[in-house]
Amino acid sequence: MESWKHNPRVFWILALPGSFWLLCFFLLPLAIIWAMSFGDKTSITDVAITGTLGNYLRAFDPVYLQILWKSVWISVLATSLCLLAAYPVAFGICFAPPRAKPLLLLLVILPFWINLLIRTYALIAVFRTNGFVNYGLAFIYDLFGLTALLGPFQPLQLLYNDFAVIAGLVYVYMPFMVLPLYATIERLDRSYLEASLDLGASQSRTFISVTLPLTMPGIVSGIILVFIPCLGSFLTPDLLGGANAVMIGNVIERQFKAANDWPFGAALSFLLMYATFLALAIRSLAAGRKSGMEL
Amino acid sequence: MATEAAQALPPSRRLSLQRWASAVEQGPLDYGSRIWLKVLIGAVFVMLYAPILALIAFSFNDSRRNVVWQGFTTKYYLVAWENQALIAAMANSLTIALLCTLFATVIGAATALLLWRFRFPFKAAFEGFMALPIVIPEICMGVALLVFFARVGRFTSSFESGPIAWWNSLFTLSPLNLSAITISHIAFSFPFVAVVVRARMTGFNRELDEASRDLGASEWQTFRHIILPFMRPGLIAGALLAFTLSLDDFVITFFTSGPETVTFPVKVYSLVRRGVSPDINAASTVLIVITLVATIIAMRLQRSERT
Repeated sequence: MESWKHNPRVFWILALPGSFWLLCFFLLPLAIIWAMSFGDKTSITDVAITGTLGNYLRAFDPVYLQILWKSVWISVLATSLCLLAAYPVAFGICFAPPRAKPLLLLLVILPFWINLLIRTYALIAVFRTNGFVNYGLAFIYDLFGLTALLGPFQPLQLLYNDFAVIAGLVYVYMPFMVLPLYATIERLDRSYLEASLDLGASQSRTFISVTLPLTMPGIVSGIILVFIPCLGSFLTPDLLGGANAVMIGNVIERQFKAANDWPFGAALSFLLMYATFLALAIRSLAAGRKSGMEL
Repeated sequence: MATEAAQALPPSRRLSLQRWASAVEQGPLDYGSRIWLKVLIGAVFVMLYAPILALIAFSFNDSRRNVVWQGFTTKYYLVAWENQALIAAMANSLTIALLCTLFATVIGAATALLLWRFRFPFKAAFEGFMALPIVIPEICMGVALLVFFARVGRFTSSFESGPIAWWNSLFTLSPLNLSAITISHIAFSFPFVAVVVRARMTGFNRELDEASRDLGASEWQTFRHIILPFMRPGLIAGALLAFTLSLDDFVITFFTSGPETVTFPVKVYSLVRRGVSPDINAASTVLIVITLVATIIAMRLQRSERT
């Protein structure tokens, strides 16, 4: 690597486009809404930056605190379910025959490339009142002749509640959990497992005392990678949760569109950003002194 | 148990079942052949793929109700094709994706080369800022850009009667009317391109670069004949990544699009809110095919460059 002073002309040619774009179309917009979060609305379109903390205090109003709290627990629950389902999958892929590994990995990554909106839409077709789940249940119901016993089948209300949002988040963010887990389990030195088993530990004891602690970095990575987009999700609660399952992302969207209260929306966005930075800081602490930003 | 059950089968099937049963009894570390693990993985994959496969399959279903298979048809592709608004949105999406790919690849590659080649003050901070668009929640970036472009719009509307009124009329023309969305897409996708290109450049032997200079090649000649050919697979992979990111983005586009400038995902969103219908399935299937083809090409290129 050479010092930029050796070749300042080339340095500036390479540095300017990226810096310009980042500064003008990313950092400047963020700075504007950061300033706005300390402002007051003076008319429909005007915001005066007064240095008030009122927007942040309003976020701790019980109504919004409840939504914040709900966003957190929905994200925690979705992340835990992702972990529970993804760990065996990542483990299985690592111990699969070498021929099958690339294919299995591709199968995990592929949904990630399919449009988020389309995947959410696909879930609506599964969960809606006359969707595939209810159709299947009705079929089983008829098969066992339960209609005579209990009356006609009542379709379950699977959409527009917290269950649908959690299921949607798990479905959408699962690949984010599998990949870091796969990366750490793959690096796991299997002789530790052999040693543990040889020394008489049971499979479950080996898993709890050896495998789990050794793969902890991957677990932490996966949790953060799933938790952050869950917490900031807007589309999934909007389409699957309806009016009943509002998360912080939906409140932010409302402030910038229907409610037209930009300063408050800006404050909420920055609270969400601070939460994200906190999660990232925890992750880099947990990852130890190794390189910080690898995915 | 397994062997008893195997006796009841014809000999050809018996052998495979025995092989399967014996695999179960393999070493304690041979988790790959545990049946429960296989079943679990299978279940997760079914969960991941069944909704998408159902969506694709039912785009060919001859029924509006979309639950029971009524027979094969391609008429909903025709319905989607004849939907003017949907096609216009698709054209917008592709225009934006192509422009975004072009700009994001150039900017991302320049940034990657900068980080690969130079030492400079505050480099760690610079890298941190470059990673920001990748890590912050999309909705925060979306609303920030919404406010930013609203401010820019108010500023330029003051040109209305001035000597540069032509400036505003310029931005009602295609593709410049899409510039807000395109600029936003470039902003979030070029850091991804930079990551991909930089990963490629770590494999570069710096001595080649030195040799080229020693032999009297200029900065441009070294770039053109030594660095660029090595970088090419990374560039193509990065470009395809930018293309799919742009084509797929909903959240940021949702906040930067206007009533006249709707992209395909934003249009589908407004349709989805009204309910499930087979022509949305058809349109979605087309988008899935486009992105998957781009992704598979990118993966092929990355693989061929490794061997």
